[in-house]
This record gives sequence, C-alpha cells and structure tokens, in this order.
Amino acid sequence: MEEKVEIIATDEKQEFIINMGPQHPSTHGVLRLVVSLQGEMVKSLQPHIGYIHRGIEKMCESITYPQIIHLTDRMDYLSAHQNNEAVCLLVEKALEVDISDRIKYIRTIMSELSRLQSHQLFWATFGMDLGGQTCYFYGLRDREMILDIFEETTGGRMLVSYNCPGGVMYDLHPDFQKKVKDYIKYFRKKLPEYDAILTGNVIFRERTTGIGTLSLQDAISFGITGPSARASGLSCDIRKHEPYSAYDRVKFNEVLFTEGDTCARYLARVEEMRESLNIIEQLIDNIPEGPYAVKMKPVIKLPEGDYFQRVETARGELGVYVISDGNKNPFRMKFRSPNFVNLGVLNHLAKGFKIADLIAISGSLDLIIPDIDR
Amino acid sequence: MSNISEYFKDVFNGVLSLLKGMRVTAGYFFKPSAIVTQKYPENRKNLVMFERFKGEVVMPHNENNEHKCTGCGICEINCPNGTIEVIPKSIITEDGKKKRAIDKHIYRLGMCTFCALCVKTCPSNALAFSQKFEHAVFDRASLTKQLNKPGSQLMKGVE
Repeated sequence: MEEKVEIIATDEKQEFIINMGPQHPSTHGVLRLVVSLQGEMVKSLQPHIGYIHRGIEKMCESITYPQIIHLTDRMDYLSAHQNNEAVCLLVEKALEVDISDRIKYIRTIMSELSRLQSHQLFWATFGMDLGGQTCYFYGLRDREMILDIFEETTGGRMLVSYNCPGGVMYDLHPDFQKKVKDYIKYFRKKLPEYDAILTGNVIFRERTTGIGTLSLQDAISFGITGPSARASGLSCDIRKHEPYSAYDRVKFNEVLFTEGDTCARYLARVEEMRESLNIIEQLIDNIPEGPYAVKMKPVIKLPEGDYFQRVETARGELGVYVISDGNKNPFRMKFRSPNFVNLGVLNHLAKGFKIADLIAISGSLDLIIPDIDR
Repeated sequence: MSNISEYFKDVFNGVLSLLKGMRVTAGYFFKPSAIVTQKYPENRKNLVMFERFKGEVVMPHNENNEHKCTGCGICEINCPNGTIEVIPKSIITEDGKKKRAIDKHIYRLGMCTFCALCVKTCPSNALAFSQKFEHAVFDRASLTKQLNKPGSQLMKGVE
C-alpha cells in the first residue's frame, strides 16, 4: 500500500481512458478529469476546466469597485468573506483610507468564521467521498449554526457580500457576540467527536496514509498554498507573513505537518479549525467601539497605477491584481485563485495510485470549481 | 510468532477505532433532543427568517399608499446587473413647477444577486428587503415586478 506501483506500458491498447466528471459527486462541481488508466492504476490525468467559466475578470472591467465585491463571492463561495476582503483591502490600500479598529476586528472574526465553516464542509464531504456518510450530517449540522450567525448579521448565508470598500455593510447584530461565544463553547465539545468518527477510524487511516505524497520541493515548485502546502511543511500563511486586518494582534500557530500525504492534508485542516477557534476567542470579547464603515466618495476612482493585495482564504493564497487608469472601473483585474494552482498538482499526485485513491487525493486538495473557472 | 501477535493487535485496534465512532452515532440515536432538523413544509406558519435576511427587494408603502421613491435612479446606476429599471415621469406640483417622479420601478427578481447595493445606496431609504424566500413561480414573466403600487404617491416631506 505504501509504495508506488511502477507502471510499465507494455501495450498501448491496454490503456483505458475514462472521464471522471463533469457530473461526478466527488468533484463537488463541474470538473472533468480525463483519466488514463492501466488496469486500476492511474497512468496520467488531465483536468478539463471551464464548465462554469463566467468571465468574472472580464466582467470586473465594466463595473465599479463596490459592484465587484458581489462577484468575488461567487468565485470561492466557501470563503466568500475573504474574497470580499481582498478587494476591499486593495481599494483601501490604493486610496490610503484609514479604517477603524472595529472594522478590522469584525473582518477578522468573520474571516475566521468562514474558514471554520469551509473546513467543516471539507470534513463533511471528505468523509463522504471516502464512504463515511455520517460525517456529512455531523459536519453540516455544525456548519449550519455558523451560517445562521452569518445570516443574522449579513443577511446572506453563503454569499454574504458583507464587506464594502471602507468597512462593512451593516453593523454587527446585537446578538452576534453572544452567539459566537456560545458556538465556540459548543464546537469545542464537538471536535473530539470529529476525531472519533473519522480521524481515528482505521479504514480512513488506511486509505489516506501514504497516499498522494507531496514533497516540500514539489509544493514550492507547483506553487501550492494553503493547508495543502502546510501539510508538506511549507510555511506559507499570509496571516503570519503579511498580516492584514487584525491578524497582527492575535497569537496563533501556523499548522505545519511534514508528511505531505492525504492524511496530513486532512489533519492540517482539522487543526486549523482549532486555531480559528483560538483566534475568534481572542477577538470576540474586545471588539472596540467605533464606526463600522468609513464614509467613502459615492464614485470610487483608484489613482492610476497597479495594485496587488493578497489574503489567506480557506484554501490558500488569493491574490488580486488591478491595473487602474484612473477611472471608476479597473482597466484590468486579475485574480490569482488558490484552487486553480492547487489543481495543477493533481496529475503529479495521483500518478501511480489506484482510481479510488484519486478520489481521496482530489478530495484532500479541497477544490472549489467555480474558483478554478472564475 | 511476533507477526501473528501484531496481526491480532492490528485487528483489535482497528475494531476498537470503529467502535469509538459507532459510540458517537449510537449516542445520538438514543438522544432525540439532539435532533436539529426542521420539518420545513409543516413548520411554515411559525418559520421566522432573520430581520436582515435578503429575500427580495420591496418598496414599503404606508397605509395611505405612499412610498419614499423620488425616482432619482441611483439604485439603477448601482445595480451591477441591470436588475432595476426606473421609468420616471414628470409631474406638475401644486405651485406649478415640473418635478421628476416615479412612473414605474421595475425589479427583475430572476436577475437579482442580492448584493444589497440598491437598498444601501438609496438616499431616501425607499427600498428594503422582505423576508419572503419562496420565490418559485410557474411563469418566468411573473418574476418581473413593479415595486411601486398602482396609484401610489410620494410620501410628504421626502425630497
């Protein structure tokens, strides 16, 4: 099980090509993988993307900066809040707007809550991909409570559109702090359950340990970011290296593993849930008073030049690059989305493993297809 | 000999790990108070959405059939995907001046992405979100709505 199986193609006729997707349940979206098989072993695979390409980057060129926010929701819908934040931080950086501490705290708490719900959905679906249906219900049960907190404050469950240039759309709901504190207490009790159901499970361990090992060197050369890279020992957390919002005021550990296999990628995300809880706990009690949004001009025009801002989403580094010609809409907008880059390593990881392991590997990368296609 | 004992140890530990997981599920099986699912169509009558829930854009009218929309068209400019169309008309006020007013405020629910920019930027707070969430209709044309009620007028004191 541990060692890679050497495939020697004796006869090309033995090669068997199947299409995994675009409607495969384990791809969580419309991703088509053309897998070339030798028996049950994956010889090579080629991802075909673009099934839900909406041309978001091109659309951004014709709309104003506040309007761009709602499109970024629809890229990586599980870290919608961090995507919003990236654009807002960029606009604020370009206009040199000073935002109040309250906004920074609100944004950080919201970001961590969305990271938490994203990893919970990962845990739920990853268990389901590997045949553990129970995980799905338990993961979604806990995620539902975060979505309720979102809904109460922002009015949206997944596509929150909560950030706007210069602050946030609405002030926090009066019940927000109490609900979040209750939730932290509740979820700390539930995390051991997660470990009992999936992490310690012998079948799960056998199916993930030693599968799809990504070395540190490969992680760097493929440009992998996020928990997938940190499982290989690559320290790449933007929250640590280039702190934005209130991340420079909290103490947290960057979760690092050295194994780099599917199991390590899973464990890195479970550990990140614990770290997210720690971050929220440090901030929730001392949200400073102040305005929740800075008054901006009705028409936001960025000065001529190019700007770049990156944030850590639940899946890795999101970079936003804008070239402005001084108008109210960007001349060119480019998103460096984490999932598109992480998808590139799939062929390298799955080569030589069984097709059932391909499900585990692609599941552990936690790909969100709308973010790949944009 | 050591191989055999290791084998049985592995089997024992494996079964133990499965039982640990089973204990969690069995615990929930015998604890009906932990059920969180809602019986949706049955609980429709007492289902309350959150106050800020973005159901659909509405224009609140008071009891005299008056609204706050002046027909300035800022919501139309701010809408990122052409959901809102403001059709203005000019009316003559009591002192004989021409004034811009709303004729029709068209809202296309099928195109709306609920970004809340129209509600947020409206200078006279004429728009709001309703808590209605059951939007399914048989005819697509009925998703295009006119927000100002027929015969409605501008509320007094709103410029």
